[in-house]
Amino acid sequence: MTEAPDPRSSEPLAGCEGCGSGGSDTSRRAFLGTAVAAVAGALVGCGNDHVEDFLQHNFRELSKAEVEEMIARLEREYKAQFGREVHVGHEPPLPGVIFGYALDLSRCIGCRRCVHACVQENNQSRDPQIQWIRVLQLDKEEGVDLRHADQYYDPPEVPEEGHFYMPVQCQQCKKPPCVKACPVGATWREKDGIVVVDYNWCIGCRYCMAACPYGARHFNWGEPHLPAEELNPDTHLLGNRPRPKGVVEKCTFCIQRTRKGRYPACVEICPTGSRKFGNLLDPKSEIRYVLENKRVFKFKEDLNTQPNFFYFYGV
Amino acid sequence: MTKILPPPLAPGSGVAILGLITTQSTFTSSNKCNDPAVGPIHLAEPHPEGGPVPSRATRSRFPAWGLGLLLALLPPTLRAQAPPPQGGDGSMPEGIQVPKPPFTEGIFPCTSCHDGKSLKVNPTPRPLTAMHDDIVLKHGPASRWCLDCHDAQDRDKLHLVSGEKIDFTVSYRLCGQCHGDKYRDWRVGVHGKRTGSWNGQKQYLLCVNCHNPHSPRFKPLKPMPPPEKPDRIQAWKGGAR
Repeated sequence: MTEAPDPRSSEPLAGCEGCGSGGSDTSRRAFLGTAVAAVAGALVGCGNDHVEDFLQHNFRELSKAEVEEMIARLEREYKAQFGREVHVGHEPPLPGVIFGYALDLSRCIGCRRCVHACVQENNQSRDPQIQWIRVLQLDKEEGVDLRHADQYYDPPEVPEEGHFYMPVQCQQCKKPPCVKACPVGATWREKDGIVVVDYNWCIGCRYCMAACPYGARHFNWGEPHLPAEELNPDTHLLGNRPRPKGVVEKCTFCIQRTRKGRYPACVEICPTGSRKFGNLLDPKSEIRYVLENKRVFKFKEDLNTQPNFFYFYGV
Repeated sequence: MTKILPPPLAPGSGVAILGLITTQSTFTSSNKCNDPAVGPIHLAEPHPEGGPVPSRATRSRFPAWGLGLLLALLPPTLRAQAPPPQGGDGSMPEGIQVPKPPFTEGIFPCTSCHDGKSLKVNPTPRPLTAMHDDIVLKHGPASRWCLDCHDAQDRDKLHLVSGEKIDFTVSYRLCGQCHGDKYRDWRVGVHGKRTGSWNGQKQYLLCVNCHNPHSPRFKPLKPMPPPEKPDRIQAWKGGAR
């Protein structure tokens, strides 16, 4: 018992050798010096990638070189995690493009092909399950009234008599309440209208989920489980790259596809052709034809979120 | 569920029935839209101009608006005689490409049986028994029958109301005679499924890839599994991992 204090008192002195004799200021400095060195040592012990991960800034503040570094680091991490080459892209918004989406409520039959195509394309966690599209079964007599919505319907065949179906996903609002709610600026609206999340900057507070009136944001409650053979290796930094536990994720209009000119996965899978996608600034696009010629509505328009996602009746 | 029915053709259709023994076309029952295992059709053929074509450039050559409006305003009889909106051969110059018609294996060419010699043409509408008895005709009025669309003389062709013979590959022109609004929407990419590029080349499907022409109503599908209930996720919130 009496021996114990001695080594403790001698430790700072030993660390303080170069600093001269031990006044109270110098010993504090010495203590801080060793503490910082110990923390740094611990971080280095974790591997260089983790230090950089920890010290990385918000995506929007990163220089080009830093983004390249980040991508190289992520690709190394994913290779180690999944044993496969993963490409992480960071295509910027295309100039002169604002994406718009329209969904034909008169044709959707609620088959949920889109839900599962989305999961495959965007590397969502299979367990715990995360799905970015939610298909609501609604009563024809009630119209779009969420009190009569059921998302767990499972009959042998769809469509069911007396019902219609309304898939809901991120509406890519022009005034996104989720962006407004985020306390750290980890989510924002890109120039082409896609609302994205910086998974490295997200602190997992889930304020955005509370703010979103469409239930379009999803939280990784557990360590995401994604089998390596089901991984889609074509990813985007702000989109479908594998996510860590404790962050929020959402539909990005398949940013990794659409910024390269392709249709989103849900558009390509839909067997009824209910889903229409295109550039709102191109007067010749399908989406503009829908907006100019069909009966169109915005979901929860009264909230003034101003979605770039529209519902319409094709017939 | 009407089997092919015998009443005579609607008058004024301009279709001369000359002779027939049996109907000719059979469509596969599983169509490309309904079958989740079969993806969209990606045509390997290059566009005439080569490479992906920006929609602005491709569409500008075809005044879809004006023609659509014109077609809608014309009375039905005139509409059929109006010049086809896309070159005389029925190909679509604006770069729209369609897949092959979904024939049953080995059914085409129809002239391999309907050669006009061993099988004489029988123009009388009647239930079919010897062949093609799997076809259930459930499309429009009960008076509809094979030779309204299939050409009696050239069995590898269809014909329009005007009498113009067209290939099976451009059958959308035939469908468009009655379903003009759908045809118009289809041409601009709003009716039916599109795959490919939102700003470049798109792959179209023929009407008959999703709608069996003999029984065109879209078939119900088995839905994919519903999402998990939240109580399952509650376990994760408890910090199980």
